[in-house]
Amino acid sequence: MYRSLFPHDVFAELDRLQREMNQAFEFSPSIRGLARGGFPAMNVGGTPQSVEIYAFVPGVDPDSIEVQLEKGVLTIAGERASALPAQDVKANVHINERFAGSFRRVVTMPDDADPDKVSARYRDGMLHISIQRRETAQPRRISIQ
Amino acid sequence: MNEKTTVARQENSPTRADAALTPPVDVFEDATGIVLHADLPGVPRDKLHLHVEAETLTIEGEVDLNMPEGMEATHAEVSVPRYRRVFTLSRELDTEKVSAEFRNGVLTLRIPKAEHAQPRRIEVEVA
Repeated sequence: MYRSLFPHDVFAELDRLQREMNQAFEFSPSIRGLARGGFPAMNVGGTPQSVEIYAFVPGVDPDSIEVQLEKGVLTIAGERASALPAQDVKANVHINERFAGSFRRVVTMPDDADPDKVSARYRDGMLHISIQRRETAQPRRISIQ
Repeated sequence: MNEKTTVARQENSPTRADAALTPPVDVFEDATGIVLHADLPGVPRDKLHLHVEAETLTIEGEVDLNMPEGMEATHAEVSVPRYRRVFTLSRELDTEKVSAEFRNGVLTLRIPKAEHAQPRRIEVEVA
């Protein structure tokens, strides 16, 4: 791989530095972390009926993504090949920012997430996992007689 | 191919509606041209906009999360539903012949060099 001696992409370097700083100083609310800056990037949210997880995994064959929910811990793992040319090919790499290699991210789910009611869909490089909450945990209005 | 971050940041006022994430890219060059890969996860094909004007290439995309109604986000790393990145192309690139492919959230652009800029083998005639 031919790399230029002076990367002219200063702003990308600054971006990366900022990401690393954020990661180093950010307060993580959980012991398993929801630390920023990893691959894939994730958004987590919920409705009263479900927990919604969005993992941004572009360029990965959906069949090769491993999604596991075990004891309230959701794991997303897989591998992404590098798109850059092999070392013996004569080409100049100008910018190299995209993630390559194997990845694994682990998120703790709330207690009421039902492991039997999970759906996962992959579209446009985004993995959307929806986990239903247990019915017993859902708020219920009690009528007064 | 240079990145035009400075200009882009000056032109766009830092209002919330205008904010965009910088998608990570890989760019490499061989004898025939430049190849760019950009990660734009969550962008449907019809919300991806590529723009070449003079020597400026703009990549823009809007994320469609398709969120269920009433969802409250508890943790967001993709906090702005928009990507934007601007590059300056150089003169020897043939912007008329750019080919683009968008698959699984990865954009692949091929920008060939103009024919006169491609390396050419010069035959040496033996007298």
